[in-house]
Amino acid sequence: MAIIETKNLTYTYPGATKPSIVDVSIKVEKGEFVLITGPSGCGKTTLCRCFNGLVPHFYQGELKGEISVSGIDTLKHHTYEMAKHVGLVFQNPENQLFALSIEKDVAFGLENVGVSREEMRKKVDWALNQTGIYDIRERSPHEISGGQQQRVAIASVLAMEPEIIVLDEPTSFLDPLSAEKIFEVIYRLNKEQGITVILVEHRLDLTAKYTDHLIVMDEGKVRFEGDPRQILSSEETRLIGVGIPKATLLYQMLKKEGLNLGDKTPLSSEELADQLLEALSPQ
Amino acid sequence: MIEATDIRYSYPNKVEALKGVSLTIQDGEFVAIMGQNGAGKSTLVKHFNGLLKPSVGKVRVDGVETTKSSVAALARNVGFVFQNPDHQLFSETVEEEIAFALKNFGFQPDVIEQRVTWALNLLSLTQYRKTSPFLLSGGERKRVALASVLAWDPSTLILDEPTIGQDHEQKEKLRQFIMQMQTQKKTVVIVTHDVEFVAECNPRVVLMKEGKIVADGEGKEILTDPALLELSSIVLPQIAQVFTKLAPLGFPKDVIDLYEAKQIILKAKESKQGR
Repeated sequence: MAIIETKNLTYTYPGATKPSIVDVSIKVEKGEFVLITGPSGCGKTTLCRCFNGLVPHFYQGELKGEISVSGIDTLKHHTYEMAKHVGLVFQNPENQLFALSIEKDVAFGLENVGVSREEMRKKVDWALNQTGIYDIRERSPHEISGGQQQRVAIASVLAMEPEIIVLDEPTSFLDPLSAEKIFEVIYRLNKEQGITVILVEHRLDLTAKYTDHLIVMDEGKVRFEGDPRQILSSEETRLIGVGIPKATLLYQMLKKEGLNLGDKTPLSSEELADQLLEALSPQ
Repeated sequence: MIEATDIRYSYPNKVEALKGVSLTIQDGEFVAIMGQNGAGKSTLVKHFNGLLKPSVGKVRVDGVETTKSSVAALARNVGFVFQNPDHQLFSETVEEEIAFALKNFGFQPDVIEQRVTWALNLLSLTQYRKTSPFLLSGGERKRVALASVLAWDPSTLILDEPTIGQDHEQKEKLRQFIMQMQTQKKTVVIVTHDVEFVAECNPRVVLMKEGKIVADGEGKEILTDPALLELSSIVLPQIAQVFTKLAPLGFPKDVIDLYEAKQIILKAKESKQGR
């Protein structure tokens, strides 16, 4: 059974004149690493808010269609019930941090579900270490940089070890190397522990290589869904404003000029470099 | 012209964010300030419009020392767009947000109307003219913040992480806009982590680490130096990554441009076939 399934999901914010997502029908299997992309304002963030019930329970408005997450109808259950299953990392970390110390912020979710003290210590330390903020755990989340705040937001979700982690541009304020390290941690959790990951990103140069299931949205609708290699080589995907990874673009440009590097569209510099080395090395 | 001379800055919590920085930015230059989180990039650029004053050293903007001028006076010439748009937006509609500074600078109503319409159009926000900025997406709010500063046409523009949350098309528009500002001899300073954006624009790059400048030069030269970038927690642009791995074929390493990359590869293919 799919861990997330939506059927004809359409949602309009209160006071808005048109829906933010329209007829969205998607299926995510347990253990998948799903990447959602699309032009800004296309409804990516709104869709994420549906996964843990923030839409419609917190935002109100009108939700039509069906949605099931971890076998639960989010329309009939509160957001706090969903929190055990789905962890959401917001786009703007300031919207989710509030405690007096980083450590307390990371422990907050666990306190609410009644985890024992020893276990809490263990899980909090693990999450702090994974995100590289153990050394600053006693500082206030409001006196650190935007990038560090994003690490805290990610740690507080990791500590809960949810079945599904939804990350909405989680590393936008981080420097590229730190962002890559965070993506590696998330990728490892996905591969080793089978946590289902939903990642919203514009920067496919950094993230396309992690995914096997790509969703491209435009104007509230799902425009493409499936194999990233196929979707990212389509001209239409580029035309709706998706930032195709440079390695993928270069592969396509070379193909047009008659240099065929094989059938596998590369998603990363490593893949393209290997193809080029094979094609251009002297025999 | 912006001249920072050996400036040091400590925050009230005693953290020294700048440890002796000297930098001159000429009129009409396009500079990208890069470096890892906490390197002091945002702290440095906040000195350029007087939001922060150096603890030690001097900052001069067009010859005037920032300690001898108010932020309000400096703002007319130096526009600043914050990293997080929510630190900057407060009006009830997008239109009012953009008109706010124009009113404060005392522009005539018909000029305000004209400038607001121009800025909305430039940043693809016309359809949101009467919408509350807080109903917009993160990427759109960022554009509202940018529009509100562009509207008063400052001669220097400082953009802290302008590409965050922006899709490919918006980034391309931003790039074109910056190029247009260049032709008008305007100065643009961006703070960014977006190596791909910098690779596409190829500006002067100033690399910072732990409150100091560690490199200053042409984008193409700095963005293809793996050791230097690792020191600053930056990864190579994707094209440079490919060319680093192609070194065994005798390819140059300093390639960041997609079209240049294509030409080099096609030439190599021809010479291989020719043999």
